[in-house]
Amino acid sequence: MAAAVLLLLLLTAAGPGPGQADAGRERRGALREELLLSPLPTGDVAATFQFRTRWDADLQRGAVSHYRLFPKALGRLVAALGVRELHLALTQGFWRTRYWGQPPLQAPAGAELWVWFQPTVTDVDKAWKELSNILSGIFCASLNFIDSTNTVIPTASFKPLGLANGTDHHLLRYAVLPREVVCTENLTPWKKLLPCGSKAGLAVLLKAERLFHSSYHSQAVHIRPICRDASCLAMSWELRQTLTVVFDFFSSGQGKKDWSLFKMFSRTLTDTCPLASQSKVYVDISPKNKEKELLEVSPPPTSVHEAIVQGDRRTYAVYDLLSPSLFNTSRSLNVQLKWKRPQDSSEMPIPTLHAQRYVGGYGLQTGEICTLIYNTHPYRAFPVILLETVPWYLRLYVHTLTIITKGKENKPSYIHYQPAQDRSRPHLLEMLIQLPANSVTKITIQFERALLKWTEYPPDPNHGFYVGSSVLSALVPSVTAMKDMDVEQSPLFTSLFPSSDGSSYFVRLYTEPLLVNLPTPDFSMPYNVICLTCTVVAVCYGSFYNLLTRTFHVEEPSRGGLAKRLANVIRKFRGVPPL
Amino acid sequence: MRCAIAAPRLRRRQHWLQPLHEVLEQGIAGELLFLRLAQQRTRFALCQSKTGIGVKFPTLAVLPSSPEADAALYPLQDTTLGSLTMYVVPETSSVLPQGISVYVGKHRSALLRAGGGLAALQARLREVTQLMSFTAASIAAALSDRVPDGQLGPDARRNLKSSLGYEITFSLLNPDPKSHTVDWDIEGAVNRFVKPVLDKLSLVANFSVDSQILYYAVLGVTPRYDKESSSFLLSAHSLPHVINPVEARLGSSAASLYPVLNFLLYVPERSHSPLYIQDKDGAPVSTNAFHSPRWGGIMVYNVEAPASPQASLPVHVDVDMARVMEVFLAQLRLLFGLSREEVPPEFLLESPGNEGLADWELDHLLWAHTVENIATVSTTLTSLAQLLDKIGNIVIKDDVASEVYQAVASVQSAVTELSLGHLLAAFQASKEAVTCSERAFFDPSLLHLLYFPDDQKFAIYIPLFLPMAVPILLSLAKIVRETRLRKKEPTKID
Repeated sequence: MAAAVLLLLLLTAAGPGPGQADAGRERRGALREELLLSPLPTGDVAATFQFRTRWDADLQRGAVSHYRLFPKALGRLVAALGVRELHLALTQGFWRTRYWGQPPLQAPAGAELWVWFQPTVTDVDKAWKELSNILSGIFCASLNFIDSTNTVIPTASFKPLGLANGTDHHLLRYAVLPREVVCTENLTPWKKLLPCGSKAGLAVLLKAERLFHSSYHSQAVHIRPICRDASCLAMSWELRQTLTVVFDFFSSGQGKKDWSLFKMFSRTLTDTCPLASQSKVYVDISPKNKEKELLEVSPPPTSVHEAIVQGDRRTYAVYDLLSPSLFNTSRSLNVQLKWKRPQDSSEMPIPTLHAQRYVGGYGLQTGEICTLIYNTHPYRAFPVILLETVPWYLRLYVHTLTIITKGKENKPSYIHYQPAQDRSRPHLLEMLIQLPANSVTKITIQFERALLKWTEYPPDPNHGFYVGSSVLSALVPSVTAMKDMDVEQSPLFTSLFPSSDGSSYFVRLYTEPLLVNLPTPDFSMPYNVICLTCTVVAVCYGSFYNLLTRTFHVEEPSRGGLAKRLANVIRKFRGVPPL
Repeated sequence: MRCAIAAPRLRRRQHWLQPLHEVLEQGIAGELLFLRLAQQRTRFALCQSKTGIGVKFPTLAVLPSSPEADAALYPLQDTTLGSLTMYVVPETSSVLPQGISVYVGKHRSALLRAGGGLAALQARLREVTQLMSFTAASIAAALSDRVPDGQLGPDARRNLKSSLGYEITFSLLNPDPKSHTVDWDIEGAVNRFVKPVLDKLSLVANFSVDSQILYYAVLGVTPRYDKESSSFLLSAHSLPHVINPVEARLGSSAASLYPVLNFLLYVPERSHSPLYIQDKDGAPVSTNAFHSPRWGGIMVYNVEAPASPQASLPVHVDVDMARVMEVFLAQLRLLFGLSREEVPPEFLLESPGNEGLADWELDHLLWAHTVENIATVSTTLTSLAQLLDKIGNIVIKDDVASEVYQAVASVQSAVTELSLGHLLAAFQASKEAVTCSERAFFDPSLLHLLYFPDDQKFAIYIPLFLPMAVPILLSLAKIVRETRLRKKEPTKID
């Protein structure tokens, strides 16, 4: 908005007294930023950015709000709509758990939004609608397409990640838009929420043209209330912005798996964000097999951090951007990783829990959704909660639900099923399934494809209809025992999900989204019919009209045909009078 | 609309002045003539007999100053919105200071010095009335969106549009957090300076206040370095380009639909300090601030350079909020059209004090907003009617229809109340009318794209019409040809 006329102001008003004592100065926030670089077993490299803004204030109370590090747009949203916890993820691509291992934070393809509201919110549906519309404006995403046909209320799968008094699941809403395409226009508003923008610190690396030239891109916003300190007497708000991107270097780098920051982001780190209280780069250098170190990082890291992450002992090289020694030797930091000798890729570690999903059956009337869940743990069985959301136009037959493990039927210990209502509610199926050790569990359910009204088809209906990913939540038993860590001290990538005890860790996995064909009419048919009938009518009309309006009269004999004229020419030539 | 409302008002005011004239001619010129003039009321009462001036105000004549007189007279005034009380004091009275002939108080009253004949007093009365309620210019400014460009002054479009609520956002822009850590006690400043003003304005609209700090937010223009003063200058003509890049960072008010007033405090980068704003003549602006009409204001807050260049960075800066808020509140008044610049020199206006605006200024705002609301409703309803004219088969639901009826009823009652001088009732009715008319206009069922346009219906039937038209046109051509032949050879039939 460009204002046309600007006027210089000359003051006439008398001013009040001098400034007041510093009140409310102690109400502060803190910013921590972190980049985790982990080479994946396939040769790809995953980069996970996490920016955590902590705000030691209560967002819910007080008519006047004063924001320092916390973005005003989100703060107002939380305060106005009574949001307890908000998780929004926009993802392009699919995290291949089987090959890439357990992600620090996975999200389903497309857009995912789940929100816990405060118990004081009376009309949760209205707040949910309003919230999705506002978020759609803030993040330039089509979240406004979230309505009752794709919103579900899970009972067991999504528990609050932050502080919560009650877990009345009526305050929870969950929706996935698998069709959503994520691109630069979603990244720009996301970057704008960072206190330093993309001007300084780790966010300098976030260059859109590199980030979207990758196999997987997922950006997320998590807002939750947390304990202010260990005694947990006061509440703080935490905004966590995460961005995960997977670069494929094996295929694009002539079989070499070496990488550097500059190669990935076409930028290097030059300075830190002056507002950040912590700014670190972690590189996963865990030895894949025990005896020898295969890789080499340069420049030498400031320290080495060892942790047990997702049941695995890992070693990280740490670069602390705030330590003055780092930028002393060179002006910029370009972390490089080299493999000392080509690694044989035969021994790929298989994650304890992974899953697969596909559509079976043939024809356009019925079909079958099959989900395969693998537990590769050698001796421990563990339960998993499966959440399946299917749009109403695939009519599920619950009596065909079969769960088979090792050739035997596996009875789920908990089932919550909410049937769909046409054009207003999707199917919701939640099950708690026990996975025996070293097993594959196959879950199948049959469905019938519904016929839509012709206005309900999206553009390009022959592309197919998406069915969102199903969600697997599990406490996976850990191979090595974990220690309890202080959340404020440990790296950010370990501290989003609360760990319950030392023997297991929480994993949330998403399966592939499905693409299902529905019987699709020929949309040009009405026009074809109109054209054809109109032509027939017009032809009939034309002949009738001609018949009725034509006047018949005797034709006078003409001067004759071509032969006669030719004969006359010859006669003229001969000097004989014409015929 | 503008003429319909404004013109009778002004005419009627002259009409009220008539009895006053008679009163003065009758010569009731005691120690103090106490007149109560209820603005916009056709009948005004001479209250002298009722309140017994001679009894109650013998001391008033010896009161040393006009503010005390104003305070003493306050309990007797009509405190309803839109009313004015004028006290005419004799020419020789010492209540008014020397050289001042009109004193406008904090509330809804004014003291006038008699003298210079009745015609002069009458003119002055009219002037005071206009100052304290509205002038033709202020009404024109309120209607500036509906008046052609050429007829208005440059300031006419400065005022904020009337709305049910406003959001005030204070933003501290720190483009160089490496060198400056800026702290401002915005919470205390809002409570101390802004809240009293907004409490007073709460009658006009709902206000919400928030603040934010933006880092690495830069102005859109590079300031010019001036060697003489070794400072950086931002000239007046480059100011329009300053706002755009900042605007993107400010964040929209996603959670509400009210217009936002932005007040930015800009702490220039270390490499561009100190930074001064120049006006059109090249002189530095004393407040180092400027405002943008209907948008808000920007103030540049320079940080004193540290004594030694080796001083450790970042420099800690504590903002003097009194200095900043003084500028922002003045800008706020300006954006609401409460400028006190065009006052004749013999007028003395009482400072509104901590509340930031006087009672009569509030009335001034209400008059303008009421008129603007009525005009807005009439525009909205007219365009709705135009839409309905354009699309014949549009469906008007019952709730939309009732909103329209409600809007019309409210606007009519607003006009009636306005003509009776009931300012508050008129304002409430006009607000109600705006709400109803907007709700009707923006009803999702009235989206004109929902309706199938007639030309497309025709296009579908072209496959029918075109082949049918061919024999008709051919036979028409044939008829024409035959008649022409017949005309040419009329005798051939024989």
